[in-house]
Order: sequence, then structure tokens, then C-alpha cells
Amino acid sequence: MRKNLASVFQLLGEQSLRTATLPKAYTDLLGRRIFLFLLTVQGLGAFALITAGVILKKSRVARNVIWPRIRQEIVRAGVGLMPMFLFLALALGFLVVGQTVSWLTRFGANQYIGTVMVIVVVRELGPLLAAMLVLTRVGTANVIELGTARATGEVEALEALGIDPVHYLIMPRVVGMAVGVFALTIYLIIGALVSGYLWAFLQDVPLTPGDYFKQLAESLGWLDFALLALKTIAFGFFIAIVTCYHGLAQPLRLTEVSQVAVRAVTQGIIVCVLIDALFILLYLVA
Amino acid sequence: MSEAPNIKVLEMRDVASGTMHDPEKVVVEGVNWTVTAGEFWVIAGEQRSGKTDFLMTMAGLMAPVKGSYRFFGNEVRMFDETRLAERLRVGFVFEGGQLFHHLTLGQNVALPLQYHRNLTDGAAEREAEPLLELMELSPLTGALPAGVSRNWLKRAGLARALMLKPDVLLLDNPLRGLDTRHARWWLDFLDGLCRGHEWLNGRPVTVVATADNLRPWRSEHRRFALLQDKGFRSLGLWNEMESAADPAARELLGAPHSD
Repeated sequence: MRKNLASVFQLLGEQSLRTATLPKAYTDLLGRRIFLFLLTVQGLGAFALITAGVILKKSRVARNVIWPRIRQEIVRAGVGLMPMFLFLALALGFLVVGQTVSWLTRFGANQYIGTVMVIVVVRELGPLLAAMLVLTRVGTANVIELGTARATGEVEALEALGIDPVHYLIMPRVVGMAVGVFALTIYLIIGALVSGYLWAFLQDVPLTPGDYFKQLAESLGWLDFALLALKTIAFGFFIAIVTCYHGLAQPLRLTEVSQVAVRAVTQGIIVCVLIDALFILLYLVA
Repeated sequence: MSEAPNIKVLEMRDVASGTMHDPEKVVVEGVNWTVTAGEFWVIAGEQRSGKTDFLMTMAGLMAPVKGSYRFFGNEVRMFDETRLAERLRVGFVFEGGQLFHHLTLGQNVALPLQYHRNLTDGAAEREAEPLLELMELSPLTGALPAGVSRNWLKRAGLARALMLKPDVLLLDNPLRGLDTRHARWWLDFLDGLCRGHEWLNGRPVTVVATADNLRPWRSEHRRFALLQDKGFRSLGLWNEMESAADPAARELLGAPHSD
């Protein structure tokens, strides 16, 4: 295990690339950036594979230790964020309805509010927003906790006790975040759909609740449910991978934890957007 | 000590050790060394002489850069998943205890047993109780590491390493930063382990400790070695070492007790 991890983190030998003096030519700088990008992709990919392997292989090992930890992480990345998500659901319903109602009335099309809600909230904004919030609230904490654990030698301590650090530290976080993002997205969507009607009602849009929910039901296909589940789980999984990778790969110095946290959040956002783009392709093809 | 005569626990032939930060950089090289079961070794070296990295190589946490390292007769590079049983024969005590900050002292000590035997929290803590009692840690069982003094953190680190009843105990600078009373306790306790302790059903443990000052370790049955200028030198027993008039050894002997 150690060897695998070490070789993955070795890719962060890029550290020397990051701190090297600026090259004289712009093409060199571009080349260096691309090289760094590729190294990061390679490192993240390898780390994701190792983690997926551990999740599959060791799902039954030391359940009395790992399952409570998974439960803790679900509480942290899911249940703990519920109050904020309720507020967000209200706001999301308001902003989508508030923006679209005036436009749709102009064309006499405000009976399509339900369809707009499905496209905007269910397919795009809901999952992405949930992922971003979990990334900033829980992902950053991940980087800092793991970075500190690494800098203070806790990772070596785990290995010395014959406990696989990926199994003990990473797997609960990955599972917790995947479940957390998935569940929060569902609540966010339901909340936003309900509050959307509320705001429409307050704006005197002539739409009965029956019509509104019928519209929603008609614009939702089975594909929406399947892709929503896949997408949110992918978001959660990769947010956890990116943040844990940067936390653990952090080369043993406490001063670098904050820089690494910033880098992890940036990369987390990029990864989410890339996954989202991939799913838009799927929607278009299907 | 008489129970297991002449079993070679550790055997190093021309071993070179890297560092945790940079596995290619050699900090100690050309080590030829044999540790027999039941021996008590103290490896002295100044700060940054590679004591910790050498100990980690010995514990199989890091592969030696070159050379042959045998652990109970089996060639070792690194203890990976497939060699878990061998890994668990080694107890490793880190310099600062290196406890897991999110667990209480009691949970820290119980964790290895709980993980490897898949016990519930309650069962694991019950199993750990006698050991905590033995190490005088009972009053601190529920405390988080952040609120506990270094003396007790180190002792909890020792308890955690002993939880799985290892055959070999490796200690990284155990006396550093300890109060005199605690240091005394450690020396006595380690001697007890080496002779055979009730916690391990009287089975003697092979002990290797590092130190930056040899004086507190003075005793006729401990063996000494020196890490200096990337080299490893076995100095033998205390009286052999005193008569050897080795300047480096003298320095480590004569240095005032700094901690």
C-alpha cells in the first residue's frame, strides 16, 4: 500500500516545478503548466483507482471501526448541512421563478414554469450547487484535517499499526461525501420545487398546484432520475478524492496546508464542472 | 531471555536507509548488524543523524535503498498488506506518541486491536483497560490528545504499540522531553519488557531504542550502537564501550543531560 501511495504522491515531485524560477519564454511557461496539469490528472486518477479498489475489496474488513466512521462522515457531509440547504432551497426557488416569470409572461408562456424548474433546478443548478457547497464546507475541512494528520505523522502511525490509511482515513470520507451530495441534492431539489410554486403563487401566476406538479411530472423522465443519481454520486466521490488527495499528498509541512486547501478547492470546482459537462453530453445524446 | 536463545530477530547486511521525505536520499549506509531475540539495543546519534529513518526502515515502513534485511529470517523490503502478520510482530513507538487527534487516549490505545479483531467500541475498550491500568493511564482514558502533556502522550503511544503484544519493540527517542520521574519509569518498564512482562505472558521482547544521550541508558545488559556520518557502528556493552575510548561515543556519554 505504502509503495502505491508513495508512487502516486511522488508525482507531486511537481513541487519542484512549482517552486522553480519562472522560465524566460512564454511557451516554456505554457509547457510547464500543461505538464503540471497532466501530472495532477495522473495523480488524481491513480488515487481514485486505489480508493475505488479499497472500497470494493475491504467493504467487509473491520466493519465495527469503519462503519461508525462512515456514519460520522455522512452526518458531517449531509445531515449537518441541512439547515443551510433549506435556506438555499427557498432562495433557489425564488431566484429561478423570480427571473423566469416576468420573461415567460411577456410571451404568455408562464404555464411552462414547471418545465423550466425541471431543466434548471433538477438537471443543472441543484446538483452543481449542492456539490459546490459540500466542497467548500466539508472539502476544505478534509484537506486541512488530512494535511495536519500527515504533517504530524499520523499516517505513518496508522501504517505502523497495520491499518491501511486509505481504508481508515479516505474511504469513510469518500462514501460519506458521495451519499451526502446525493441526499442533499434531492432535498435541495424538492425544497426548490416547492418554494418555486410558493413564489409563483405570491406573484399571482395563474397556475394551480395540480397543474404545476403535473408539468413537473411530465417533464421528468426516467433518465432524469438515473442521471441525477449518477451525477451527484460522481460529484461527491470526486470532490472527496480531490480534497483527500491534496490533504495526504501535502509534503509534510504545516505551512503549506492553507495553500494546498486553496488548490484543492479550485481543482474540485474544475472537476465538478468537467463532470457536469460530461453529463450534459449524455442528456443531449439520450 | 533464556527462552529464545540465538534466534536472529533482525539481520542487516550492507543496508542503506533512505528518508521518509525523499526515499532516494541515503542517510545511513553500510549497516551490518544482527539483533538476537531478547536483546536490548540503544542506538545513539545526534539530531538529524537519521535515527528515525533508520528505525522506520527496520520497522518495514520504508524499503531499504540497498542491501539485505532479514526479519526473523525472512527477507523484507516493506511490510505490505500481504505481510500483515509480520508487520504486527513489530511495535513502533513514535517520538511524540503520534496519537490520532480525533480519538481519546483510550480509543487510541484500543484502536489496533479493534481494527484487527473487528471489535465493537465497548469490547475494545474493555480489552484495553488492563493495559491502561498497567501504564497508569486510566485517569486519562477519556481525554483527547490535545489536552494531555507530552509525558502521557508518549506513554499512550507505548501502550498503543503494546496493544497487539509485539515480539519486537522499536522506540524513537523515548526519553526525549520526559520529566525525570517519567524517564525513570520508562527505563524500568522497558527493562521489564525485555526480561518478560506479565502483559505479554512473560514472553521477552526484543527492544531497540534510539537516543541522543546515552548516559541515562547506562546498564550492563544493554547494547549500544552509534549512528554518525552516515555510518553505523556497533559499540557493544557499556563496559566495552567505556574502554574503547571512542571519541564520538565519549561525546554522547559525556554530554550533559539536555532534556
